[in-house]
Amino acid sequence: MSRVKRARMMESLAKGIMGIATLIVVGIALFLLGYLAYRGAPSVTWEFLSQAPRKAMTEGGIHPVIMGTVYLVLGTAAFALPIGIMAGIYLSEFAPRNLWTRLIRLAITNMAGVPSIVYGLFGFALFVMSMRLGVSLIAGALTLACLTLPVVITVTEEALRRIPRELRQASMALGATRIRTVRKVVLPAAAPGIVTGSILGLSRAAGETAPVLFTAVAFFAPMPSSPLDQTMALPYHLYIMATQAVRPAPHVVWGTAFVLVAGVSIINIIAATWRSAQRKKIKW
Amino acid sequence: MVNANTGSFELEDVSVAYGNEIAVAGVSMTVPPQAVTALIGPSGCGKSTLLRCLNRMNDEIGGVTVGGTIRLDGDDIYAKRVDSVELRIRVGQVFQKPNPFPMSVYDNIAYGPRTHGVRNRAELDAIVEHSLTRAALWGEAKSFLKKHAFELSGGQQQRLCIARALATEPEVLLMDEPASALDPISTQQIEDTIAELKDSVTIVIVTHNMQQAARISDRTAFMLRETMEAPAALIEVGDTRTMFTNPSDPRTEAYITGRFG
Repeated sequence: MSRVKRARMMESLAKGIMGIATLIVVGIALFLLGYLAYRGAPSVTWEFLSQAPRKAMTEGGIHPVIMGTVYLVLGTAAFALPIGIMAGIYLSEFAPRNLWTRLIRLAITNMAGVPSIVYGLFGFALFVMSMRLGVSLIAGALTLACLTLPVVITVTEEALRRIPRELRQASMALGATRIRTVRKVVLPAAAPGIVTGSILGLSRAAGETAPVLFTAVAFFAPMPSSPLDQTMALPYHLYIMATQAVRPAPHVVWGTAFVLVAGVSIINIIAATWRSAQRKKIKW
Repeated sequence: MVNANTGSFELEDVSVAYGNEIAVAGVSMTVPPQAVTALIGPSGCGKSTLLRCLNRMNDEIGGVTVGGTIRLDGDDIYAKRVDSVELRIRVGQVFQKPNPFPMSVYDNIAYGPRTHGVRNRAELDAIVEHSLTRAALWGEAKSFLKKHAFELSGGQQQRLCIARALATEPEVLLMDEPASALDPISTQQIEDTIAELKDSVTIVIVTHNMQQAARISDRTAFMLRETMEAPAALIEVGDTRTMFTNPSDPRTEAYITGRFG
């Protein structure tokens, strides 16, 4: 066999193996979502979404659970977005490139790698105990914000870095200050990336169980009426219904899982679609 | 509108260092007002570096130190009391690649005036029209002022960038190879624009196209970095016609007759 023929065969073989690897990934995702929809979708009725649980949570709906997660995510966004975006802007646009900023970036990368249960314990020690917030929506939101911060900082920095240097120079050469350049030119151009990346980070927070375990959730709680109230949340509800329930109610478990995954997926799809539409409008 | 007899530079023993490495050394020359001065020389000879000293854009790159004295209309632009923001209103810049902001044509041009406090709509309208006229783009652009700047062709974008730089009424316009990314027809239009503009604004243009320097400039400065160890230096500066017909330095002659570079 000629050398070229052998090279061609190797190429086909490599392509085939990589294709199969991709198929496996797609297969797992499709099976997971498909099975979840098959088992969970039938339980999702208007009643399931709009009513409180009844009879030890074996009947009725999961409305307060959904709202608990919505409130937790909104609270997380309120803390993580302003701090994370500002830190990302500082690191990308203002901070000098030296040993300190390298250490800060390293710390942020490491923050992203800390297991979520450690955030849970940290949040319990700091927010619940030391700051005396108790097991509450706000303590949970703060803990989830700590978990989400490195994501928000990183996506902000990356989105800003995609903006060509020439644009900043054009603005500075017109006599604009650095901060005006960021506010009027760089940030608007980077906004789609920042917003979408942040939403993806928040949707990950929505599905976390461990960080809220000691900081925010209760086995059963009414709709929270203040940030200092305990709350229910979808991932924890799922965990508790699947492992601790006295009388198992599989349709509630599958329904809850489906609502969580569908909700997060819909938000992610909207965010990603919006970003690619925005990027198509602006071509560098 | 015309800044009579302003916008002249005097450079005295100017040097530029990146960290510890001296890139340009010992440049002394004058830039006359309301004329085109071309900086020529092979790649890496410090033309753009020297140009960026004139509006202190080197300040934005960390670790750059500028030595010597640069005076704009007699005032040292590196004096402590000079704010680079104020300097850049007087000394505009056009870059190598067209770099319009991702916004409408109108907002691109209004960016500078708005930055410096112009809010009145009628006033902005007048500035936009005047700047586009000076950049020879008004005829085409008046119909698409609201369009996104990225929808313009490359040549139109570069003339938009010229109009944007003119909108703050600078005395000096620095141009860093403004036509090198453009097709011949767009290059021609940019050169025509430069010829029109030099009555009202001092132009310093970096180019490594010698024909372009010969066509458009009144005064030419030739820079050269003779070895990688030595910093770049100014070899010769003078009237463009003299430089191209009767250069006094053999290195200038070798460069303009195409023997290297």
